[in-house]
Amino acid sequence: MRPDAHTRNLLASDSGVTIELAIGAIKAVVMVLLVMGLTTLMLWFERKGSALIQDRIGANRANVFGLGKRLGLPNFGVINTVLADPVKMFTKEDFVPDGADRFLHGLAPFLALFPVIITFAVAPMGDMLRIGKYHIDLQPANLDVAALYVLATIGMGVYGIALGGWASNNRWSLLGGIRASAQMISYEIAMGLAIIAVVVTYGTLDLQQMCRAQGGVWFGFLPRWGILLQPVSFLMLLIAGIAESKRVPFDLPEGESELVAGYFTEYSGGKQAVFMMTDFAEVLLVAVLITTFFFGGWQVPWLYRDGFHFPGGAALMLPNIVVALMQFVAFWIKVIILSCLQILIRWTLPRLRYDQLMRLGWKGLVPLGLLNLVATAFVVVVAGGK
Amino acid sequence: MPQWLFAFLAALAIIGALGTIMQRNLVHCVLGFALVLIDLGVLYMGLGAVTVGFLQIIVYVGAIMVLFLFVIWLLNVQADAGVRGGGLGLKLLGTLGAAALAAELAAVFFHAPKLSQVRTIPPDFGSIAKLAQALFTRYLVAFEATSLLLLGAIVGAVGLARRLAVQTAPAAATPDRLAPAANDAPRKVA
Repeated sequence: MRPDAHTRNLLASDSGVTIELAIGAIKAVVMVLLVMGLTTLMLWFERKGSALIQDRIGANRANVFGLGKRLGLPNFGVINTVLADPVKMFTKEDFVPDGADRFLHGLAPFLALFPVIITFAVAPMGDMLRIGKYHIDLQPANLDVAALYVLATIGMGVYGIALGGWASNNRWSLLGGIRASAQMISYEIAMGLAIIAVVVTYGTLDLQQMCRAQGGVWFGFLPRWGILLQPVSFLMLLIAGIAESKRVPFDLPEGESELVAGYFTEYSGGKQAVFMMTDFAEVLLVAVLITTFFFGGWQVPWLYRDGFHFPGGAALMLPNIVVALMQFVAFWIKVIILSCLQILIRWTLPRLRYDQLMRLGWKGLVPLGLLNLVATAFVVVVAGGK
Repeated sequence: MPQWLFAFLAALAIIGALGTIMQRNLVHCVLGFALVLIDLGVLYMGLGAVTVGFLQIIVYVGAIMVLFLFVIWLLNVQADAGVRGGGLGLKLLGTLGAAALAAELAAVFFHAPKLSQVRTIPPDFGSIAKLAQALFTRYLVAFEATSLLLLGAIVGAVGLARRLAVQTAPAAATPDRLAPAANDAPRKVA
């Protein structure tokens, strides 16, 4: 929150302020564009990947002027997902059921999407990038209580879903909304416990500091990634994260065989597209959090500030811009891999029953998280802190 | 925090508070309340208590207000059930309470230091380390007493729920697996 010494020096001069603002704006725009783009990519993975898993063909119809066919290219359904479906959805009739709360019905999708998108503001995409005299922190917003910020924004995500269900004036929707609020509150506790254990391990709430702490190696070759320190937290965050994004096997709020479509039964067109986008943005968010906490964030194995130092003793010096670029790419590759893992889980497991869901959350994850937290605190105190 | 930002947030808090008490629809009232709580969290952050601000949002907006919504829907409270006037005694008590609160606010307002006299806060004010230090040294007794109180409330709530479930179970004509007691019964549910 408070500007460090360097930023303060820059703030002293007027041109410094302008350039700092421009850098901040560029970071924010890059982050939003990446999130939007990767959300679409995940949607495509989901459609084509599920087709692969289920031995179907999947989306393969849409084409632009038959161009791909004329050139003899195989159709991977990219145009379906990226162009045809969004255009279709946003030009559809925006239907609001009779007796619905029109204001909240319209507001709910955005209340659902907004907290998810703003959480990405604290995702560290890389370490310092040095351009001339400017040292750019590749985290869009450097917040020293970022872990709390993440918990706060995730907590606010319930409102859009729950209110969307209520405002539709439909029993299925309301049931879906109630299920969603109960489920998300329950799994938020497990998620919070997993994150707190990580915070205790690294002794900081700052996501950028956590990533820096995961640099270096153990025994001369093993990257110091968080998953080796906190494997239990990793599993808990993965499970709770999937539950928070309300996807199979935790998709009871929208269980289509029970509740038509749950909380978005009465949504169509653009608003429904926003709900769908929220789903995939949440998948991406969970992947970002897991990457940051457990897979070193932007750390590339054996890559340090000045270049590679391989276990054998060999070294490869690299300029700062190359290092920053590699970190940036490594971060997003890890995020994409973890997102694909979630999609794979979604198409592999069957849906839980509601009592199973609650039992897993309250009798499984919460006690496990408490035990893990106590054990972590014990080890940290005995080891004298990190 | 710049003064205009404070004024804006304060005005927003008042709008939210008015929305909480003046709307007929209970769900809208809860949303007004949630707006007030988010706003207070942001005010805390702006005044330097960043950790408290985020905790405020996590606890009140992320959990407690959602429980309010949940309870309203679960009990199926009708949209404008909450606006019945209440008796004369209730009105009298309400007036007294409001007057006492107004007097307290006025006292605080007139004894607060002038803006020009406000000291600057130390650089680590409101950090999580300072907060934890205060909680676990100076306010330890109050902190532990609160946690005991909450624990007692949780145990009491579970006890009440169990007793209600046992009372209603025999009367319920629904099949066993749908009876309210099924979830609480000590036997294993397949």
